[in-house]
Amino acid sequence: MLKGFEATAVPMGAARDARAEIEAFNAEYAAVLDAGQVDAWPRFFTSDALYRITGRDNADADLPVGLVYCEGKAMIEDRALAIARTMMFAPRYLLHQVTNVRVLALADDAIAATANYALYETLVDARTTLQQVGRYYDRFVRRDGALLLRERHCVYDSLIIDTALIYPV
Amino acid sequence: MPDTASDLRTDPRAAPLANEPAHVWPAEGLSAIPDWVYTSQAIYEREIERIFHGRTWNFVALEAELPEPGCFKRSHVGPTPVIVARDRDGRVNAFENRCAHRGAELCRPPSGKVTELVCPYHQWTYDLAGNLTAVPFRRGIQKQGGMPPDFKLQDHNLKQLTVTTRGGLVFASFARDMEPLEDYLGPEILADFDATFDGRPLKLLGYYRNTVPANWKMYHENLKDPYHATLLHAFLVNFGLMVAGNKSAMIVDPKGRHGTLASARPPEPKVDDASKREMRAFSDTMKLADDRMLDYVREFDSPWSVTMQTIWPNLIVQRELNTLGVRHIVPNGPHEFLMVWTMFGYAGDSAEMTRHRLRQGNLMGPSGFLGLEDNEALRFVQEGVTRSDPGASYVGLGGAEEGTTHHLISEAAIRSMYRHYREVMDL
Repeated sequence: MLKGFEATAVPMGAARDARAEIEAFNAEYAAVLDAGQVDAWPRFFTSDALYRITGRDNADADLPVGLVYCEGKAMIEDRALAIARTMMFAPRYLLHQVTNVRVLALADDAIAATANYALYETLVDARTTLQQVGRYYDRFVRRDGALLLRERHCVYDSLIIDTALIYPV
Repeated sequence: MPDTASDLRTDPRAAPLANEPAHVWPAEGLSAIPDWVYTSQAIYEREIERIFHGRTWNFVALEAELPEPGCFKRSHVGPTPVIVARDRDGRVNAFENRCAHRGAELCRPPSGKVTELVCPYHQWTYDLAGNLTAVPFRRGIQKQGGMPPDFKLQDHNLKQLTVTTRGGLVFASFARDMEPLEDYLGPEILADFDATFDGRPLKLLGYYRNTVPANWKMYHENLKDPYHATLLHAFLVNFGLMVAGNKSAMIVDPKGRHGTLASARPPEPKVDDASKREMRAFSDTMKLADDRMLDYVREFDSPWSVTMQTIWPNLIVQRELNTLGVRHIVPNGPHEFLMVWTMFGYAGDSAEMTRHRLRQGNLMGPSGFLGLEDNEALRFVQEGVTRSDPGASYVGLGGAEEGTTHHLISEAAIRSMYRHYREVMDL
């Protein structure tokens, strides 16, 4: 459980609409990453967004560190640039499954929500492995009618990373 | 630790065969590293006995993880599970996490605060120094059963290790008569160690954990190999963090065990044309959209902006600009090790300084711009030396020189490490 993401009472109809919208958003987000289009990944975020990947032990102990810690869309773009242009790693495919979307709080143009994810990794010369399972802790805002992430914390249960986590979660 | 017991049963590499070839070092000497130092189970077992359980100081915890009496942490010395605990008197102790009764790894939570440690199997109870204080039904029941008359609690303590601390770090040793840590590290290594651990209380920022499918020694070698830094790590080169022409050193202690890879970034990083041609990774056109992560806040009494210290046998001290961490190597057979990263700042850091350290943390760790490349490269090497026809690596860079060098294009520190290793391992 990440501090600041407590569930509040949300009217059922509004929660259903928000859930459908977030599910569509997450499907597009996963599709971009699973296609390896890392340069298109920053477009899901606001300019002041926070993106972080951290272990559940850190989240539970309220420790702030991130495997990936991007403050602002510019840092998110730099991460995308580094993956695409500077980093050396073996070729691989990724596949996200995002489920159990849960709306925690609804305000005028802001939604707090969680979703579970499983991230499968396939090195092109090895068997498929479960790279990690975890939960997104999200804050969405609406800009020009569409949702954008203002915060996404990817909190993983799989505390022991297998070798390296290359792409965004 | 991941449970790899089933892998060991089915992995033919794990069982030493009676006809395993004799381990004879190649005639070339220290410029050759034979594959079997990375792949042999027999060699691995000798390393546990002579290195991790031998005359070495092994990192086990930060004192900041044990802030009060009763605080404990599960840790490892080599692959061996230990508990590190602060007792009622405030003293830090380390002892094996193995019940003296039936051998259960009794302590399960990664950390916590308790008044005593109780094995869940038969409730043998230990104090925070590892001394056995109580066993249930010691006198039996209705004069039947119970412990024999000569049973003494003090004969069944948890196996206790020698402990020392410096600068907020806790080290343990299976050896009873270890020299002081200061002598073990030596003045060459201590200078940069003390620059990082300068007396400011440490503030824990969090953990990363990852396995690397490679032999544990390769991680030391990688940080005694400044050659790779400007070649593998395009990020370092492109953004001027470490460039072949910068003032640099690879410092080695007189015994060859420990090292400090040090580099000083000039105020205005510039890459000369000759270096650019050598470094395929270099690109003049790449710019960060947010370059705050490259900022260096001068806070250390040190000429270096980067020091990566390899403290034999299980610790890396990372000071990369303002991102700080200790990396604890836990070997798991010849083909894999666990790496536990504990990231920290200082208790007096402002909120902005903490965030600066976190932003800069993107460089390191299993998703770090640099860190993940090392893990990938080591995996490639382990696969190469395991799968191919047996051979040896070539570490001839810098000729036969050993010890400290004041440039980056040498493998002298790797040769020094293997001189020490061969002596301890009798190879």
